[in-house]
Amino acid sequence: MTQKMHIKLTVNGEDREFLAEPRELLIYALRETLNITGPHVGCETSHCGACTITLNGKSVKSCTMFVAQANGAEITTIEGLGSPDSLHVLQEAFKEHHGLQCGFCTPGMITRASKLLEENPTPTEEEVRFGMAGNICRCTGYQNIVKSILAAANELNASKEAAQ
Amino acid sequence: MIPAAFEYHRPTNMDDVIALLTKHGDDARVMAGGHSLIPMMKLRMAEIPHLIDLQDIGGLQDITIHGQRVTLGAMVTQHELINHAALTEVAPILRETALQIADPQVRYMGTVGGNVANGDPGNDMPGLMQCLDAQINLAGPNGARSVAARDYYEAAYMTAREDDEVLVSVSFDSPKSGYAYEKQKRKIGDYATAAAAVTLTKDGGTVASASIAMTNLSDVPVWSEGAGAALIGTRCDADALKAAVEAMLGDIDPTEDNRGPVAFKRHVAGVILKRAITRAWDRA
Repeated sequence: MTQKMHIKLTVNGEDREFLAEPRELLIYALRETLNITGPHVGCETSHCGACTITLNGKSVKSCTMFVAQANGAEITTIEGLGSPDSLHVLQEAFKEHHGLQCGFCTPGMITRASKLLEENPTPTEEEVRFGMAGNICRCTGYQNIVKSILAAANELNASKEAAQ
Repeated sequence: MIPAAFEYHRPTNMDDVIALLTKHGDDARVMAGGHSLIPMMKLRMAEIPHLIDLQDIGGLQDITIHGQRVTLGAMVTQHELINHAALTEVAPILRETALQIADPQVRYMGTVGGNVANGDPGNDMPGLMQCLDAQINLAGPNGARSVAARDYYEAAYMTAREDDEVLVSVSFDSPKSGYAYEKQKRKIGDYATAAAAVTLTKDGGTVASASIAMTNLSDVPVWSEGAGAALIGTRCDADALKAAVEAMLGDIDPTEDNRGPVAFKRHVAGVILKRAITRAWDRA
């Protein structure tokens, strides 16, 4: 049995400290230790992207990172993007454009999309599809996810223009 | 899904990395982005008692361009490589290749050094490095040494790197003129059914120089000297393409798997190589 490590993370703006074995995958630390159960586990081969979070400004599959590696990191999960009372633009758009059905891929989808729009605020449909290619969905056929993300991009750009 | 327990090390300099490798021998392994190693650990196909995380080692993240010479630190991620304007200026084939590797999340983490060092014939960078005649720079207990990418790969997961050495960077001369990385795959994130890296230069209306390497068509990447030679002096017409494909087919040795039987892979390799040469020629 390896010794547990003292882990510090900033998750959705809050400092969290706990003990974990180095081999513990970040997704399990989030879900089981910190009770942040939005990010999901859909595979064990790093394909599906249901566990996607933002870590130090990168879209990361948290099933493919040890909690030890993430020590000291700043993390945003779906829980940090919006709240039921005040949805993130992407959450609102996914709701409006039927970008989800079972909802299992949605936290990873929206977290990834938030980073995509940060890096490319005016993506084409093709760029959205390519930029979301690390996230698999079994329900929607992707069409409405693409619509949702393009709508959110328009919304964000319109509010940016209005602010200027 | 659940890896075996390990001792985690996060050194801040290369001397400490090499000391750990020397001390623990085969029981220690360095980890870069972790996107080949962690999946193997989750399947218990790799059990690593001492895992050495390279993320805090300075200098390994550098992209250096000195005149024609490009050096990529081992920890440069695919994402950084894709978004580096100066690198794309001098060596656009890097970006073209990296955009065909994995998916966005994997590209934020996966590194050039990990891709090159891994030794899986499915990886795309090894063939590219052979095409570019890159040098693979290693650090070890006896100092630094370099190995040509064309001599680096011995068999699947077997490379010229010793257990106590670390791949610290790759260097190559800026490929001038025409280039293409053409990859046939079943879907996003898949390793190639067949892929070809091509660089060539044009003089007047004929090919002055050409370099060709193939991915995932043997247990190692395949630099096909004959395929490149078949193009030199030609106008890159149909006969030249045919000769290059013939030469390439003599050098590859694909095996049957979920991507198809051997005959299919050989067919796809020919199609892909013709496309890559044609695109490189158009760009030259």
